[in-house]
Amino acid sequence: MLMRVSSEERIIENFREDKTIDNDVLLDVRDLETHFFGEESVTRALGGVSFQVKKGETLGVVGESGCGKSVTALSIMRLLPKMSAKTVGGEVCFHGRNLLDLPEREMRKIRGNKIAMIFQDPMTSLNPVYTVGRQIAEAVEIHSGASRSDALSKAAEMLRLVRIADPERRVNNYPYEMSGGMRQRVMIAMALACSPELLIADEPTTALDVTIQAQILRLIVDLKKRTGTAVMFITHDLGVVAETCQRVIVMYAGRIVEQATVTDLFSRPVHPYTKALMRSVPDRRRGKEHRLPEIPGIVPSLREPIVGCSFAQRCPFATEVCREKSPVLEEYGADHAVACWHAKEVVSA
Amino acid sequence: MAFYLLRRMVSAIAVMAMVGVFVFLLIRLAPGDPAVVLAGPSATEQMVANIREQLGLNDPLPIQFVHWMRDLLGGDFGTSIFSGRLVLDLLAQRLEPTLSLSLLTLALSVTVGVSFGILAAWRAGGLVDRLLLVFSAFGYSVPVFVIGYFLVYLLAIGTGWLPVQGYAPIGDGLSRWFVHLILPTVTLSVPYIAFVARIARASMLEVLTEDYMRTAAAKGASSYAMLFHHALKNAGVPILTVIGLSFAYLIGGVVLTETVYNIPGVGRLVVDAINNRDYPIIQSVLILTSGLYVLINLAVDLAYTLIDPRIRY
Ligand SMILES: Nc1ncnc2c1ncn2[C@@H]1O[C@H](COP(=O)(O)OP(=O)(O)O)[C@@H](O)[C@H]1O
Ligand code: SF4
Ligand SMILES: [Mg+2]
Repeated sequence: MLMRVSSEERIIENFREDKTIDNDVLLDVRDLETHFFGEESVTRALGGVSFQVKKGETLGVVGESGCGKSVTALSIMRLLPKMSAKTVGGEVCFHGRNLLDLPEREMRKIRGNKIAMIFQDPMTSLNPVYTVGRQIAEAVEIHSGASRSDALSKAAEMLRLVRIADPERRVNNYPYEMSGGMRQRVMIAMALACSPELLIADEPTTALDVTIQAQILRLIVDLKKRTGTAVMFITHDLGVVAETCQRVIVMYAGRIVEQATVTDLFSRPVHPYTKALMRSVPDRRRGKEHRLPEIPGIVPSLREPIVGCSFAQRCPFATEVCREKSPVLEEYGADHAVACWHAKEVVSA
Repeated sequence: MAFYLLRRMVSAIAVMAMVGVFVFLLIRLAPGDPAVVLAGPSATEQMVANIREQLGLNDPLPIQFVHWMRDLLGGDFGTSIFSGRLVLDLLAQRLEPTLSLSLLTLALSVTVGVSFGILAAWRAGGLVDRLLLVFSAFGYSVPVFVIGYFLVYLLAIGTGWLPVQGYAPIGDGLSRWFVHLILPTVTLSVPYIAFVARIARASMLEVLTEDYMRTAAAKGASSYAMLFHHALKNAGVPILTVIGLSFAYLIGGVVLTETVYNIPGVGRLVVDAINNRDYPIIQSVLILTSGLYVLINLAVDLAYTLIDPRIRY
């Protein structure tokens, strides 16, 4: 009896899967759970994160520092520190395969080839002892099997694409001979060298000067348009989201609390946390020192399992149910989802 | 660069001049008298005094020093007090065994030490890492001669697999030469492998957490490329420094090893010379060794520029 139920369930599950298989979906992250294992404690950095990246779109990922944006990206890429971190649950489906189940060999063929990533700090993200040309060429050599000289000319082409002047000469530069903005351009060139289907950009402008930030943003937006690659744009800056993204997910304490199109999110934010963020969107003219807003209250410790809504301690709308049961991400209008028990009240408030 | 080399040369000459003074004073102020040794146990006071006069040992020290320097600058390393033969000839005879032992030891320590360190860092806390911990504790604390006699007992006397001692010149056949050098090389290498491996591990561990290693992984680089391509070159500067240092310290170990294995090398020549108070030999070997250190140091500093493009002179 039991057996039959479970196999029935599986068949239904398959149907459901078939129905949800959306040809537009490039990356489907389901219930991603990642933990850090310390000496005595376990940090639950991701407590079940689900979202999709559609082909060719730019998806923004926002949230305060420490909410799990980078860990989400690194979990997808399987680049977490081996000794301390482990993705303990969930799936990352890409072209019908769960990346989390792939042998390392197969995963390496995805990294830098199908999914590429750029990082926050361009000053430390390039290897200081190799020329930038060689570092870009390496990606090409690994994934296309091109010869060193072909890969180097490809590297020069890529430098031209990211608008570095005099690329034939610049390929022979070492990172220390370049400015931060230029190094980030090199990182972008390296990431796009194998025409990935998805580019994960983890706060690519945070470490740069304001004027350079704007240039790099414009470059990413422009390259995205021309190449059609999907971008997962991680930032703590809602202003950047508004400029670059079509859809956005808002993270808080290792979970997604709201997900919407950018226009929807800005015109009709639902989750109390998103609203608080909006209220304090930093004035970009004030310069680069804009951190995320001070919202009163403390972020829950990830060292203990969170009971109820993770935002309850800081939420003006919190009630009994919020502190007892964890809200799930539910549809709230077309292409808009919210994890909040009192979404309706919050909206009308 | 040319200016840098010139500066290095000037400082090298200064260093060697100081070493010269130090060596000269050290051996002359140490107890013992070559004339007494040379004259033999039955010699009279008068005979000893005559010999002293002949050897110029009665001249004031500054005069002796100036004579020595003058000869040195003319390329004359003097003659052995004891055998009357040219010091350079004696050295040339003894060079091959010492050079063979030193270079083989260097090759073994660097390859094994660096690989050992890399593997230990790659899986820090793993089996290889713990093995290295034990090995280096052993390598640091057990003296060369203990390791030597133990290996001889185990692999030569016990089983007869390897020669117990002695040296076979390279001209008498490569395999004979090599077989005779296996035990001495392994013996001498143990502490250096430990030393190089510890430093390689530490520098690699530091490098492995760098952001650019994550960038390399994000490109799809293999573990091999990550370790030997991206990490090793960055860890190279401290590792190279240690290799340079090890080579400099090697000479002490070489003397002991040559004694344990009865190898007629420079080490043995010096030990005998010290016993006989054969000043010219001791002086020449020490001044040449100091010159070698200076050269190695320079070579290491120049090699840095090959590893790290940010280093310029
Ligand atoms: N190397 C690490 N060791 C332990 N915990 C970590 C580590 N990196 C991240 N975490 C945990 O994961 C949480 C999310 O981090 P992260 O994804 O880097 O935040 P952000 O959203 O700022 O990118 C942090 O609050 C921290 O508790
Ligand atoms: S579930 Fe409750 S505590 Fe959480 S955000 Fe909604 S109202 Fe606030
Ligand atoms: Mg981050």
